[in-house]
Amino acid sequence: MTTDPVKTEPAVGSGAQQKVKFYQTGTHTVGNRLLDEAQRTVQASMDRSNAITSGHRACQGCGEALGARYALDAAMMATEGQLIAVNATGCLEVFTTPYPETSWQIPWLHSLFGNAPAVATGVAAALRVKGRDNVRVVAQGGDGGTVDIGFGCLSGMFERNDDVLYICYDNEAYMNTGVQRSSATPPAARTATTPAVGDEPGNVFGTGKNLPLIAMAHNIPYVATASVADLHDLEEKVTKAMSIHGARYIHIMVPCPLGWGAASHDTMKLARLAVQSGIFPLFEAEHGEVKTVQKIRRKVPVEEYLKPQKRFAHLFKGEGDVDRIAAIQRMADANIKRFGLLDGEER
Amino acid sequence: MLKQTEGSQAVAEAVALSRPEVVCAYPITPQTHIVEGVGALVKAGTLKNCEFINVESEFAALSVAIGSSAAGARTYTATASQGLLFMAEAVYNAAGLGLPIVMTVGNRAIGAPINIWNDQTDSMALKDSGWIQLHAETNQEAADLHIQAFRLAEMLSCPVMVCMDGFILTHAYERVDIPTQEEVDAFLPPFEPVQVVDPAEPYSIGAMVGPDAFTEVRYLAHHKQLRALDLIPEIAEDFEARFGRKSGGLIHPYRTEDAETIVVALGSVNGTIKDVIDAMRDDGHKIGCVAVCSFRPFPLEALRDALHDALRIVCVEKSLAIGIGGVLASAVRMSLRRLYREVFTVVAGLGGRPITRASLRDVFERAEAEMLDDVTFLDLNWEVVNAHLARAREVRKSGPIAENILKAMHADEGADIEEAEAGE
Repeated sequence: MTTDPVKTEPAVGSGAQQKVKFYQTGTHTVGNRLLDEAQRTVQASMDRSNAITSGHRACQGCGEALGARYALDAAMMATEGQLIAVNATGCLEVFTTPYPETSWQIPWLHSLFGNAPAVATGVAAALRVKGRDNVRVVAQGGDGGTVDIGFGCLSGMFERNDDVLYICYDNEAYMNTGVQRSSATPPAARTATTPAVGDEPGNVFGTGKNLPLIAMAHNIPYVATASVADLHDLEEKVTKAMSIHGARYIHIMVPCPLGWGAASHDTMKLARLAVQSGIFPLFEAEHGEVKTVQKIRRKVPVEEYLKPQKRFAHLFKGEGDVDRIAAIQRMADANIKRFGLLDGEER
Repeated sequence: MLKQTEGSQAVAEAVALSRPEVVCAYPITPQTHIVEGVGALVKAGTLKNCEFINVESEFAALSVAIGSSAAGARTYTATASQGLLFMAEAVYNAAGLGLPIVMTVGNRAIGAPINIWNDQTDSMALKDSGWIQLHAETNQEAADLHIQAFRLAEMLSCPVMVCMDGFILTHAYERVDIPTQEEVDAFLPPFEPVQVVDPAEPYSIGAMVGPDAFTEVRYLAHHKQLRALDLIPEIAEDFEARFGRKSGGLIHPYRTEDAETIVVALGSVNGTIKDVIDAMRDDGHKIGCVAVCSFRPFPLEALRDALHDALRIVCVEKSLAIGIGGVLASAVRMSLRRLYREVFTVVAGLGGRPITRASLRDVFERAEAEMLDDVTFLDLNWEVVNAHLARAREVRKSGPIAENILKAMHADEGADIEEAEAGE
């Protein structure tokens, strides 16, 4: 016997839209309603799509909940609600579907930790054979499910150029199981498996995977990085990705207050500092070539990004770990150079 | 249509006649010919409206199948051995999600040591995953079981594994009656999923379930298999009425009337066992056998009835439950509850070792004489075993143990030859 599928209100269907409540009115916080209609974000619309309803159980300040809602709402808008989501095991799956409840307003399928790309391939194949070309598939997972355990399936999905958009919500460790290192964990970061002890506390330098670049090496039609620091940009990239057929990959940085040891209200600030320091470059690539980059408005030193996070606290003890902070700064500078992130710098 | 054909090809054609919409698989011996066959039928346009997906691993193969089945497509895959174990996590998941996927397992041993030949250790490893598990005795039954499997899977919304002995069936050329498309269409209606990911009616499939409901979910999985105990014979009867031959069902008893000794086994070895039984019957032995077709659900009642009047039961098993002995024998003992019968386990044919009529007759006669051990390893080479056990007592030497044993054995042979030559 199956676990009974959880029925949700058929709020989306072909309309894909739903009246939603705005918590703050009279401010500009919920979008850009002062802009022209065409320039407004998906979330700024009064009858926006709503993939994940409020009332889910994510932590306060969760970057992933925010990123997922914006990404999937944009994908819903782009497909007029004809969207199926496949989810890897992880925080997003756990906090949205404690049986018998579900926060998903769209058809949603969770199988295992490591197979979301392959399951999405299967859904896409079934839609193709059924002649339902208008229904599209988004697969999603955290960094653990994407860069580590699901990597083989993801590479296979890329290689076959299956018509799936895969979104990785990168919070840089295994947060659902209590903050252990993944191969997306940055150097020097303290996690439960890279403790802040020893000569070189935290995660070691020179390891890890840059999945956007690996995705580009598969020569798939579209690869992009995005951040909850710039939700407008995130929506645009998802919208663009949904206009393309074939394998697509978007890597979204989503700070995790719990895992990073940061204040819940600092999620957006940290995401912005990651971008503005060059730690997390925002770019788009098509068929393996970088096409656009988001320039850095005001380059900030990496200390500003590292300092508010307890996972880097050991770098600032006493006189501070000057060498390793400098090494992180060199990584940020290398990104700035590689992608031409500063005005006047050619890529 | 009667055809002299390879078992794998017969299964591929039976699968194609069942009109799967998504087929995905990863190559592994001895399953390869089956998916090659299906792939060729898709490529040639014989099997229309079907997506054939090449994947990077067995884990991905069943994961793709999970996705396509959840999206409402009739889905087929096939594997064997290490491949089945590599997809083990997805095997449980497909059952838990109640997805009616049909999968062939070309039964093969599990390493280490690596061995491509037949036994049934692979499917035994996943016997409790929630899949229905049917074992084919012949290539005709293997082909027929696939057509029945799709109907059963979709009636119950439960995945079905059709097991066929690797090489012995998959690579054997036999006469097989392949039905027509019209006959199969009349027997197997189009797939109507009970749950499907569809924007027109959004469901969340695969939610997290806590302690408050997990036991109930598992009970319902068990209940579903118990329902299959009724459906499997019904489907087999309908199949026989339409196609004119017996295939499938729960068990196949053979010459069990007045039998004092009854042999129980799974799969193709039943053919050899029947030959032995015929010969022994000619010599006045009261012996019969029961082939178990449905290993999951296990037909406790049907088997109890079949074994009721025997004095002793010999389970011939092509797998080994290390540390206890027989997998099949444990289930057979359950079917005999409150009946006292001697149950012997004969572990045979591991890693492709031939199961000969002479050896089987020997153990059956020893069973009749109450001279058989509880667990017997058919044709076990005690020389090799004792050599190793003796070695293990010595100081350990470096290098692979198997290699050392062979070296030691060859050294002895060499000495014998030298002695013989010197003698001449």
